[in-house]
Amino acid sequence: MNAVWATVLAVGVGTVLLKAVGPVGVAGRRLPGAADRLLELVAPAILAALVVVETFASGRHLVADARLAGVGAGIVCVLARAPFWLVVLCGALATAAVRTLH
Amino acid sequence: MRKGARLAVPLFPAVAALGASFGVLAHTAHFDALAAVVMSATTFAGSSQVAAVSVLGAGGGALAAIVAALLLNARYAPIGISVAQAFRGSVAKRFAQAQLVVDESWALSRGDRGVLLGVGTMLWFAWVGGTAAGAVAGQAIGDTSKFGLDGAFAALFAALLATQLQSRPRIAAAIAGAVIAAALIPFTAPGIPIIAATAGVLVGVRSR
Repeated sequence: MNAVWATVLAVGVGTVLLKAVGPVGVAGRRLPGAADRLLELVAPAILAALVVVETFASGRHLVADARLAGVGAGIVCVLARAPFWLVVLCGALATAAVRTLH
Repeated sequence: MRKGARLAVPLFPAVAALGASFGVLAHTAHFDALAAVVMSATTFAGSSQVAAVSVLGAGGGALAAIVAALLLNARYAPIGISVAQAFRGSVAKRFAQAQLVVDESWALSRGDRGVLLGVGTMLWFAWVGGTAAGAVAGQAIGDTSKFGLDGAFAALFAALLATQLQSRPRIAAAIAGAVIAAALIPFTAPGIPIIAATAGVLVGVRSR
């Protein structure tokens, strides 16, 4: 099995089980507050890391290239409350434009 | 359920368009259309899917992609527990209906199971249909690198991050996660900086 299908199957099975934990397993009970508070911080930490890696990583090097324009355009769109698809489009266009000009 | 379906109407095009973006981006990480659609149909959680595709595309390997995606979806355990009282019926029925819990259906439902299932069903079709359209478009485009899709990944993650920053601990966790990732990029294999960034939650917890 190649890496793509291994990822598709493992993430699929894992997520299906995570979603079922509450409705199937715990009906009525609650997690301890401390666990709740830790878990709600996981998404911001990982998404911020993904922004950094997707913007600056090139293998094991930190570089500033056309992707910086893409994320910049994306942030402008976010601040203007644009929908996700427009953020993606502007990010791609800005990256492609800067890459072509260089 | 009907009320939920109505509530989901304004979200439908947005989720379909995001699904299409995922479909195109997945193509850049050598997902064929079937793999992208199967992932959307089973995982049905946008940010984790984009994360998995991005780690694989950067050469991070399947294990790092899987761990990063499942860490992002770990929130579905407490989210599911918070709406657990609303679910009724046999284990199989609850198991199936639980799959319709996504951030949007959970947020709109406020504990109403009919709304949750209605919104979730609508958005599942939007997400899977959008993915199929995007994956086919990606295959038609062929070499996507010249279209700046690598920069689009970063922009999309910034947009997803923006939806997460409602409190000081969340902002602190995000900053810490970003610093950890940047510090590790030169020293570790691709994928590791993203997983290690989870430690940012410890900074976030201390900042309240």
